[in-house]
Amino acid sequence: MRPGPRKWTSNDEWHVRAYIIRRLLLTIPTLFILTVLVFLSVRFLPGDIIDTMVSESSVYGDAMDRAAFERMLGLDVPVYVQYGRWIGVLPTPDWRTGESRFRGLLQGSLGRSLVGGRLPVERKLVGRLPVTIELGVMAIIIGLVIALPVGIYAAIRQDTAADYAGRSFAIIGLATPNFWLATMVMIYPVVWWGWSPPMQWIRFTEDPLENLAVFIIPSLILGTGMAAATMRMTRTMMLEVLRQDYIRTAWSKGLKERAVVMRHAVKNSLIPVVTLIGLQMPIVVGGAVIMENIFNLPGLGRVMVLALSERDYPVVSGINLLFATAVVAINLLIDLVYPYLDPRVRYA
Amino acid sequence: MPRGSNASAVFFTRLWREKPLGSACGIIILILILVGIFADVLAPYDHMEPHTADILQAPSAKYPLGTDYVGRDFLSRLIHGARLSLIVGLAATTLNVVVAVLIGGSSGFFGGKLDLAVQRFVDAWMAFPGLLLLLTVMSIVGRGMLQIIVVLGITGGIVGSRTVRAAVIDIKENTYFHAAQSIGSARWKTFFRHVLPNIAPVVIVVFTINIGGVIISEASLSFLGFGLPPSVPSWGAMLSREGRQFMEIAPWLAFWPGLALTVTVYCLNMFGDALRDLLDPRLRGGGGRIGAAGA
Repeated sequence: MRPGPRKWTSNDEWHVRAYIIRRLLLTIPTLFILTVLVFLSVRFLPGDIIDTMVSESSVYGDAMDRAAFERMLGLDVPVYVQYGRWIGVLPTPDWRTGESRFRGLLQGSLGRSLVGGRLPVERKLVGRLPVTIELGVMAIIIGLVIALPVGIYAAIRQDTAADYAGRSFAIIGLATPNFWLATMVMIYPVVWWGWSPPMQWIRFTEDPLENLAVFIIPSLILGTGMAAATMRMTRTMMLEVLRQDYIRTAWSKGLKERAVVMRHAVKNSLIPVVTLIGLQMPIVVGGAVIMENIFNLPGLGRVMVLALSERDYPVVSGINLLFATAVVAINLLIDLVYPYLDPRVRYA
Repeated sequence: MPRGSNASAVFFTRLWREKPLGSACGIIILILILVGIFADVLAPYDHMEPHTADILQAPSAKYPLGTDYVGRDFLSRLIHGARLSLIVGLAATTLNVVVAVLIGGSSGFFGGKLDLAVQRFVDAWMAFPGLLLLLTVMSIVGRGMLQIIVVLGITGGIVGSRTVRAAVIDIKENTYFHAAQSIGSARWKTFFRHVLPNIAPVVIVVFTINIGGVIISEASLSFLGFGLPPSVPSWGAMLSREGRQFMEIAPWLAFWPGLALTVTVYCLNMFGDALRDLLDPRLRGGGGRIGAAGA
């Protein structure tokens, strides 16, 4: 008789709770270091860039001298004070009136843009967020739908033609730069059939079908790229699991291949793949930046490249912080549901 | 015959027999390296010389891959692009390995509080989406060969340190490691004698697989206009400026650099995979059936 799954005991409950608390505590230093990294990455601007900014500011009509410029950027105080102000634990004086207020991350403020009327950064970003999220989510779903079946099949048929085909697809997918694929999709259909992908972004609420039509090609390109990595990971995990003793036991019991694979192997090998989705978040973000710029999608990636070329560094750090926090949050979430997926973590 | 060359002869014979595709890719990489080294001799024209009378020419006998928007021979630029990609790929990856072994090695080897602190830093670093970080730093330090090598080298090294750390921690579980400790072997000696040689396979695999990633990163940055300076024939930049601007009139300008990138990275990955399969006994052969586990 097959023993049923072990019951969830109060001892396990305690272990899981300890694990969750430990994981949450570990997030605090990570977030802290993250803010320091984001802050420092744009704070050590070489002097000549500030000179350029000063001279460019005179072009836009509101000429300022260097000292005023540094005061406006808050660069006239030591770095740790700047950090404190940025975080919102130290008050920030208004550079015109001198009136001090707490205006930092903790108050939900990302600072003000340097160009175009000095808008608050968060206001510049919030409308762009749904575009990037839609692109990212569609790409992840497409990636998984392709990767999981191919990866599992390649593993159970290791070193057969199917395995080679699957692996070749994956490794070609990994090798093909997504910006090249996107460029090809934009060029050749026009040259051959006079067809070009829809480039006019439209709100989902206005016309859902048209909206999806705009998103489908960049998501497919991004998704197949991610599928390559997920497929390889799935295959490797399956191969490792297939070498375990309990799989050998399952075979020796005379179980059918289907039962061995689906009931014993897949379940166990897919758990680490969940983690991979978290690990792939940075790739999704990077891919979104490139796709948005090629396919004219008004998301955060477009704002990012524009802000970088305008040297609008508060916007740059805002986007960096937003994306990095999202990555931390998603990985945290995955780690927190992990003990519910993998009993080995639960009983450890 | 010295033992070393004999061992490598055995290795290459096995590579050729067991991984023909990986070996073929290894040969293509070798050819690419030679193309990179002898770019000046192989390129039919000076890659910077504008032939103003022949702007945006289609591929012909005179210009095998056509000319770009100022009339530079595209094949010559592609050949010089190979040199650039390989220099950036190899130099940045070497830096990767150094940084990864320094950070991951010490973190895993010493463990404890150092490990905890270093790993929080690596966590934060890895949460930072790679391309955004690269774009931000490159926009500050400015475009350039040295800049891109250092930036890609350090960034990738910190990420790669995780793999090295995991490998080192694995080694520490082994009896020979405990034996070395119990006979009172000095820490640095244990590290260099017992840990480093044993993580070498992992490092080699990470190294070869990373080169492709580094080359794609450089191309992506150059594509977005934050990589190598505009005058330099980087494959990524050729795709963006030259390819996309004139893509309807001269589609081949976008096609070839991308194909070159794909083939290069494909071969690097395949070769890296073949190396890993030979070096990591856990993944060797068998279909996961009965007997395979014991074989």
